[in-house]
Amino acid sequence: MRTTSGRTTAWTAPQSGPDETEITTLLTQGKVVEALLSALQNAPLRCKNQIVKDHALNITLRVLLSIKSTQIDQAIDTVDQNDLIDVLMKYIYRGFEIPSEGSSGHLLQWHEKAFAKGGVGCIVRVLSDTNRA
Amino acid sequence: MAETFTFGTSLASITCHAWNKDRTQIALSPNNHEIHIYSRDGNDWKLADVLNQHDLRVMGIDWAKNTNRIVSCAADRNAYVWTQGEDGKWKPTLVLLRINRAATCVKWSPAENKFAVGSGARLISVCYFESENDWWVSKHIKKPIRSTVTSLDWHPNNVLLVAGSTDYKVRVFSAFIKDVEEAPTPTPWGNRKPLGQLMAEFKNSLTSGGGWINNVSFSSDGNKVCWVGHDSCVSIADATNGNTVIRLRTGYLPFLSCEWVSPNSVVVAGYSCVPLLYSLTADNKLVLSGKLDKSQKRESSGITAMRIFQSMDRNMRTENTDTVVDSIHQNAITSVRIYAGDKSSASKVSTSGVDGQLVIWTVEQGGINGGMRNLQI
Repeated sequence: MRTTSGRTTAWTAPQSGPDETEITTLLTQGKVVEALLSALQNAPLRCKNQIVKDHALNITLRVLLSIKSTQIDQAIDTVDQNDLIDVLMKYIYRGFEIPSEGSSGHLLQWHEKAFAKGGVGCIVRVLSDTNRA
Repeated sequence: MAETFTFGTSLASITCHAWNKDRTQIALSPNNHEIHIYSRDGNDWKLADVLNQHDLRVMGIDWAKNTNRIVSCAADRNAYVWTQGEDGKWKPTLVLLRINRAATCVKWSPAENKFAVGSGARLISVCYFESENDWWVSKHIKKPIRSTVTSLDWHPNNVLLVAGSTDYKVRVFSAFIKDVEEAPTPTPWGNRKPLGQLMAEFKNSLTSGGGWINNVSFSSDGNKVCWVGHDSCVSIADATNGNTVIRLRTGYLPFLSCEWVSPNSVVVAGYSCVPLLYSLTADNKLVLSGKLDKSQKRESSGITAMRIFQSMDRNMRTENTDTVVDSIHQNAITSVRIYAGDKSSASKVSTSGVDGQLVIWTVEQGGINGGMRNLQI
């Protein structure tokens, strides 16, 4: 998709992944949606270094789990406007791989709402894409 | 209103199908090494001939409407050109493809003097008739294909060829055979003409892997290429607009087939079992402009044992849990063909698929506005 945000994630994204301090600051200020956007926009999807990817996953998961159920709808809308639903879905699935206390239930809520927005095509793209989260 | 047909008593999948010129006959393969020719008789189809020459599953069939020849290719690495004898029976002629993997797809060129065969040997065989030797011979397009060629389509100028591949790329090649044709005039894709010249190359997705290319199609004027991939996307590249790609990520299961039905709209179909109409808007956006399958949720109309087993067979299930899908096709659609009209203005298309059904659909033309009426928000 040739949109500005799509371009940002793919071509200019730093291969080092999301900025942890920036996201922590946003989270402590309660700007959770901005934190999520920042994490997804800087997702190191094309990076070949697994440590970087895992680090990004941990940060993104922390953001996802700190967003309350009531805020998910609003967050999904913003993510969709920025064309990042596919990236979000990738992290939701990766999140299921490393469950922590109560995380899977919360991620299932995310999954339900992301699915409602992106349809089954969004899940297909998680499976078919060679650039994993 | 959609017409649905099944052929014979078998509920085998239809691998691919092709029509003759006046649409009175259809060639299809019931997912094995045979090709069945059926003639239409009112609402019935009569088996006219069985083309039994391939050893393994038939992968592609194309019917040259003007010269009335059928070309078929199969997983046994062979292709045959079939011509009809005076007794109405079809006689095969072997084509030397010179490949060491299965042939996957075949298409006659618009002038019907050559055809192209894609294969798992990472190459395209462009075949033409050499009258000196009374023999179909082939020339290869190899570079830079890096994986199986899944689909092919010819440019209306009879020279350019577009190929989709499992290396996630769509390529436009020159398939010029100087022995059999005059030099072509330049097109927006470029002027270079030798066989195998790469005119354009598109990744399925610039930002991600993007998955296999399942089908490709040239528009009626040959300036646009549409393709569908295994990432549920529909993409259109325009040569008159600097080869820009318009890509739409849809919310459906991946599409297996695409076909132009007007200068700016395509019908796509695949694992979602419903054919969809996508159109280019004036500001170059690709939008869903209609669904060909308008079936609503079905009322249960009495369950018979026959129906239960038919349904299990269609969906390839071994347990009888539930039943019918809420669409006319009960399983993935594998091919879309134009039934009435041509790529610039098709009024009917036919689809066939894994459920063994052939469905003829009416395409509501009338540009974007016509399609928009069906758009559900």
